[in-house]
Amino acid sequence: MAAGNGTGNMNRRRFLLNMARSAAGVSLLALGVGLHARSAKALPPEYIRPPGALDEDKFLSACIRCGVCVRDCPYDILKLAELGGDNPATGTPYFVARTGPCEMCEDIPCIPGCPTNALDHSLKDITKARMGLAVLIDQETCVAFLGLRCEVCYNVCPVRGKAITLEYQPNKRSGRHALFIPVVHSEHCTGCGLCEKACILEREAIKVLPIRLAKGELGHHYRLGWQEKARRKGSLVSPDETHQFNLPEGVKYDYETGRVYRVEEGAPQGAGKSLRDGKAPGAAPAAREMAPAAPGAPGALSNPLDVLNRGIREAE
Amino acid sequence: MATPIEQLGQDAIAAKGWLGAHKWFILRRLSQVAIIALFSIGPIGGVWVLKGNLAGSWVLDTVPLVEPFVFLQMLAAGMFGFLTTTLIGVAIVVAFYALVGGRIYCAWVCPVNIITDAAAWVRRRLGISQSAKISPQTRYWMLAAVLVLALLTGQLAYELVNPVAVVHRGLIFGMGAGFWGMVAGIFLFDLLVARHGWCSHVCPMGAMYSLIGAPAALKVTSPNRAKCDDCMECFEVCPEPKILPAALKQGMKRGLPALVDSSLCTRCGRCIDICSKDVFAFGVGGVLLSGRAHEEGARKGASGEKVESLKKAS
Repeated sequence: MAAGNGTGNMNRRRFLLNMARSAAGVSLLALGVGLHARSAKALPPEYIRPPGALDEDKFLSACIRCGVCVRDCPYDILKLAELGGDNPATGTPYFVARTGPCEMCEDIPCIPGCPTNALDHSLKDITKARMGLAVLIDQETCVAFLGLRCEVCYNVCPVRGKAITLEYQPNKRSGRHALFIPVVHSEHCTGCGLCEKACILEREAIKVLPIRLAKGELGHHYRLGWQEKARRKGSLVSPDETHQFNLPEGVKYDYETGRVYRVEEGAPQGAGKSLRDGKAPGAAPAAREMAPAAPGAPGALSNPLDVLNRGIREAE
Repeated sequence: MATPIEQLGQDAIAAKGWLGAHKWFILRRLSQVAIIALFSIGPIGGVWVLKGNLAGSWVLDTVPLVEPFVFLQMLAAGMFGFLTTTLIGVAIVVAFYALVGGRIYCAWVCPVNIITDAAAWVRRRLGISQSAKISPQTRYWMLAAVLVLALLTGQLAYELVNPVAVVHRGLIFGMGAGFWGMVAGIFLFDLLVARHGWCSHVCPMGAMYSLIGAPAALKVTSPNRAKCDDCMECFEVCPEPKILPAALKQGMKRGLPALVDSSLCTRCGRCIDICSKDVFAFGVGGVLLSGRAHEEGARKGASGEKVESLKKAS
């Protein structure tokens, strides 16, 4: 009886030990994989997901790494990530814009075959895809900034004239030419990467970046005055207040000519010297402002300049 | 009398010829290679019999297949935004393996099986008998850990390193350093660390398929177990040797039905091939698919008591 209990205890002991051994081994393995998973969570910026891909954290829980999208891509630009440190999550699809950008097929053939909706089946219009955002990231090497006519990125852009526009700026170096600066608009850019592929430089000056890196995010409480004004179809503050200038003593701003000038000591009227272009402002407005306001005249005290430019009158 | 390891399989070749002694082995390899080939001829020849890979695919561009293993991880990771297609794909795969035996996946489909079979063969050739003691239950712990990992990380974390997925994807999408590293790792693990180490102890996919295949009708039966001469060759080649005694003389003494009644059986058929006495045969229910005599098997299967024990086991 006692012996039987002894073996029972031994068996139970061995059983529990074996269980603990398995559990410990598996936990260690799981810990390793878990740590690796955490480091692999952010997609490295040079890799771009196919059109319609869910946000990266959702994508990693929805993509089963089957590679059907890779097979369905008629341009063979999609690859499945290899096991390895700096790659996207093992087995997930990606493309690299510089070597093989998305050609933006109108029927988006990579999406319908996705068996899990990791590539969102509700995306029917390729121009609504947001794979990333092109950013003209280096203005020092972009030849448009150097004053050359390039515009290759502008011309290959499939959302032509919308995602990239050309803005004309004066070429300050030559003093008499224009710069044709490509400007990307996030409202229309799909992140296909055709511009990055086409950039004529040795290493591209325009790059498609993940939106998390390329875009800022305005404080949610911000209201843009001009937009609110347009929505209201009129000013929100009415009537518009005249701006009040808080200038140092002896300095004046002429509201009508838009000039700032110093009032010379002892100069009775209209002899101020403009700080901006060295020329005296027109005598008429200066004379009007310098003239002491007639006491009791309507609006005399409401002129803010009377207060701002205090001391001038004493000088007179 | 147990056959010495150097003479393993020679009796069977003498009795049935080389082809007869490797019938299921050859069919199995054909099946594994054919699956890889069907996935690969699409991009090469433009014939899309199978598109995708084992995790998910389209048969002839119309029938979806989705592996339940990745689907379970999806659910654990909290992803419920899948499609009806996903569910249909999972249902087809689960239904198939529930019917024919879940671990048929391991022996007839999974490419890692080729690596571990090779390791087992080299092991026998070199006479390596040392093996680390890993509990065969470890795979169920692994399965649980895979799901917990998905839950904690919110992604299919195990798929970052899943050897089955890495090897299979490497074969049909191009092999890189990761593929060869994984092949070498699994091979050396099975060769030097533990006998049948990966497939029969650790792999969580095998664990899941054994659970799915519990109700399966297709089984290895042992209609001629009375003829067993204890050569032990089947134990030497079986990847799950612990499941064999119940189908052989030991089971006969205890009145158990003449079949390998464990969901861990991979239906690889090595026991059928290697047996010079034709003890084993594939069977569905009580009906044999191969092999000749089945007097004993039919008799045992007919008794109510045995059906009872069958139910209990599954």
